[in-house]
Amino acid sequence: MATVTASTPRALPTGLLKHRAVHKLLLIALAAAILVPLANAQWASGSWPAALTVDLTKPLSGASDWIIDNRDSHPLFLYFFGYVSNAVVISVHAVYVVLLGAGWAGVTALGALVAWRVAGVRLALGTTAAFLACGLLGMWVPTMQTLALMVVAVLASVVVGVLLGLAAGLSGRMDRILRPVLDTMQVMPAYAYLLPVVLVFGMGVPAAVLATVVYAAPPMARLTALGLQCADKEVLEAVESLGTTARQRLLTARIPLARKELLLGLNQTIMMALSMAVIASVIGAAGLGDRVYQALASVDVGAALAAGIPIVLLAVVLDRVTGAAGDGTEGHGRAGWAYALAGTVVVAVAGRLLGRLDWPDSWTLNIAEPVNRAVDWMTNHLYSGVPVIGGTADWAGHFTTWVLDPVRDGLQGLPWWSVLLIVATLAWLIGTWRTALTAVLAMAAIGVLGVWTPALDTLSQVLAAVAVTLVLGFATAVAAARSDRVERMLRPVLDVFQTMPQFVYLIPVVALFGVGRAPAAAAAVVYALPAVVRITTQGLRQVDPAAMESSRSLGATSWQQLRQVQLPLARPALLLAVNQGVVLVLAVVVIGGLVGGGALGYDTVFGLAQGDLATGLVAGAAIVCLGLMLDRVTQPTERRPGKGA
Amino acid sequence: MRVRAIAGVGALLLLTGCGAADMTKQASPFANAQGAKSVTLSVQSWVGAQANVAVAQYLLEHKLGYHVDTVRVDEVPAWDALSQGRVDAILEDWGHPEQEQRYVKDKKTITAGGGLGVTGHIGWYVPTYFAKQHPDVTNWKNLNKYASQLRTAESGGKGQLMDGSPSYVTNDKALVKNLDLDYQVVFAGSEAAQITQMRQFAKEKKPFLTYWYAPQWLFEKVPMTEVKLPPYKEGCDADPAKVACAYPHTPLQKYLNTDFAKSGGKAAAFLKKFKWTTEDQNQVSLMIADQKLTPEEAAKKWVDSHPSTWKAWLS
Repeated sequence: MATVTASTPRALPTGLLKHRAVHKLLLIALAAAILVPLANAQWASGSWPAALTVDLTKPLSGASDWIIDNRDSHPLFLYFFGYVSNAVVISVHAVYVVLLGAGWAGVTALGALVAWRVAGVRLALGTTAAFLACGLLGMWVPTMQTLALMVVAVLASVVVGVLLGLAAGLSGRMDRILRPVLDTMQVMPAYAYLLPVVLVFGMGVPAAVLATVVYAAPPMARLTALGLQCADKEVLEAVESLGTTARQRLLTARIPLARKELLLGLNQTIMMALSMAVIASVIGAAGLGDRVYQALASVDVGAALAAGIPIVLLAVVLDRVTGAAGDGTEGHGRAGWAYALAGTVVVAVAGRLLGRLDWPDSWTLNIAEPVNRAVDWMTNHLYSGVPVIGGTADWAGHFTTWVLDPVRDGLQGLPWWSVLLIVATLAWLIGTWRTALTAVLAMAAIGVLGVWTPALDTLSQVLAAVAVTLVLGFATAVAAARSDRVERMLRPVLDVFQTMPQFVYLIPVVALFGVGRAPAAAAAVVYALPAVVRITTQGLRQVDPAAMESSRSLGATSWQQLRQVQLPLARPALLLAVNQGVVLVLAVVVIGGLVGGGALGYDTVFGLAQGDLATGLVAGAAIVCLGLMLDRVTQPTERRPGKGA
Repeated sequence: MRVRAIAGVGALLLLTGCGAADMTKQASPFANAQGAKSVTLSVQSWVGAQANVAVAQYLLEHKLGYHVDTVRVDEVPAWDALSQGRVDAILEDWGHPEQEQRYVKDKKTITAGGGLGVTGHIGWYVPTYFAKQHPDVTNWKNLNKYASQLRTAESGGKGQLMDGSPSYVTNDKALVKNLDLDYQVVFAGSEAAQITQMRQFAKEKKPFLTYWYAPQWLFEKVPMTEVKLPPYKEGCDADPAKVACAYPHTPLQKYLNTDFAKSGGKAAAFLKKFKWTTEDQNQVSLMIADQKLTPEEAAKKWVDSHPSTWKAWLS
């Protein structure tokens, strides 16, 4: 108990909140004083008491066996899942054949012209360059496979997302039901979806597409609902006074008013879907992801990068184009679209007549070798024996021994009820009693699932990685917020880090930091850093210029300005950055399992590799619970429904 | 091309028609795009398996006129995919009695395709440079003596025994416990991570102890010596918790989807006859993994220099 009360005052923002916070603390202390002795008397043990766990191994393996035995004969599979699967195969095949039929010139022209219509000449040039680069890297066919899969997955996600979003946006009741579901899906690591989907649909494209849809639909649903809820009340009243029916109102006023949110939703959905492209290759998605994955087997970073770059390029291009569509800067003339379409057809037919449908083999550039040499050089020179600062291997060792080990042992050494108590206190101080309850229940669910010890191991890695991410992220963001040049230089770097498939940097990370939890943390930092830097930079830049000006006129040094004006005023953005950092770091825990992170991440990978539903699904569920808990603990009260995404 | 596409989609629609939609009859949407007869092979994560598939693919494409798709799948899910017809053949299986019972004996959706000709062996290995300095490390009884030298940050106060991908068969945790060894099993989580770490250790001539398997191309780059465990006897690994013996020597097996085995024509006959030696496989593996040749180039090189071996598979 003493540890809890002693640590809390530091977490408190000073000022107005103090009074309420003290209130909350007193209440928690009271509840703890009654409940802890009871709990301790009943189940006195350091780790989660065995009496309170439920073993799901039997029912889960039973379910898995049932599915395998009945998959080829049961009506549910023959008349429902079979058709779903068929529909996916047919649509992907159709898109793929059209893409191949248009040839590389046709596809490039189509991409460029659409980008031109939506976002202007500069992006059109960028799009052309991106497509040509895919071909140059010798990845044209895999790129088209991935593109075909993405088109189908994104369309399906948009349909599902919009339907769910309409339901939630128009009915308060549906909103209350859907919100927690979407929240949960948001923090669920992509890997955790794969196993159940594979079990039902088997390896292959249908499973990959469906897993992608499950992963990519939630942002669309959220933003659609948000757009509908935030529509201007006065406009709606005006439309209503014209005597329109509910359906007319929806189609002519509410949906057009939500255009911005809908396009942002599309943008998010595309990004999420692309980030699944590689992970889904584990269940047979083919395309670029599969190339990355196969390159891993021969420990070939260069080949993995050659397949990873097209993914990054696709992501950046699609992000910019849909982003520009959301801003609505360019005109929407019908004639322009007609020209664009005509241009595409002309190029495609020309390509066809010239017999140049496939990307010519001689036009490829082999980047694998130079990349491998560069990576080798880097890892050879940085791994150990660097004078004064020591090599990366030494850092990793120190980080493991002095940070990861103590945090893990500390967490695992705490009695189970005190962990719950800390979670409750933190969540309540920063949020409401509802968020605190969710956080505690999520943590307790981990115990009930019987994975308390590995979950705390994972938690310790997440905390350590988040700490590193925040230190690096805030430092970079301060630099970027002060200088436009730094920000412009950072932008492409952040883009690449954010969209580069994590499988590509697994090998360099191990080569630098060895096998274990340290490289897992490093991979997580690389992945979470861009979002933290972005949010923080934006927050710092949006600080009221008047406040900055007045502090400068008072003679504040730039350090004082930063500490006493900018950081306090940007507090909401900083909190959001912490929240996003935590969620993103957790999202790569499973990837960490692939480089020796162990714990829940390894269990999830193990479940997938061995077809062991019991291990994999329980670990996946525990990661979701950890995510929920961490999200609630770091989610400030202000973020209530309807006020922002 | 576009006309053919529409016709293809139409045909697919007709095929499914009404009635039951059997998922085992579905092919990959990327297969068959060029209208050739096609075969789908499963590639597992290790390079040896890539070598088998590369050579089989090369011969199927260039000598028999098939289109070959490869899918990378882990071992156990590959059985599942094979039974569903998502892949037509697994060319290298290291022994999965449970799956064999379920799919080959009970459901009969998978047919055994004969031996690959290569014998696989799993064991504990130390680098040869370390074994030369300390010859007695190659017996498990002396391992505890070296625990302190094999310590890493990850293994804490104990020596580190590195394990690899979660898809591999391993009894190491039980072995360490039952043989009373002062070691901690550290799971690298993927073969790529494990190989990278071993190479980093080898560059610095550091000692390490690892779970590894033969045949494997890495032996050519990092020579390793096996540590003797208590000898393997039939059934000594029956109870996973009580294992205290070495891993067996496994003749690697091929498996085919039953429908494919019956109606797969020349491709099925060829894959049943496909049989080579450990040296052959290693040659191709090394070209892929170390000389960084593409699997196709490596396969071509091997095929060009070993006509007598593969001609027998085609007859």
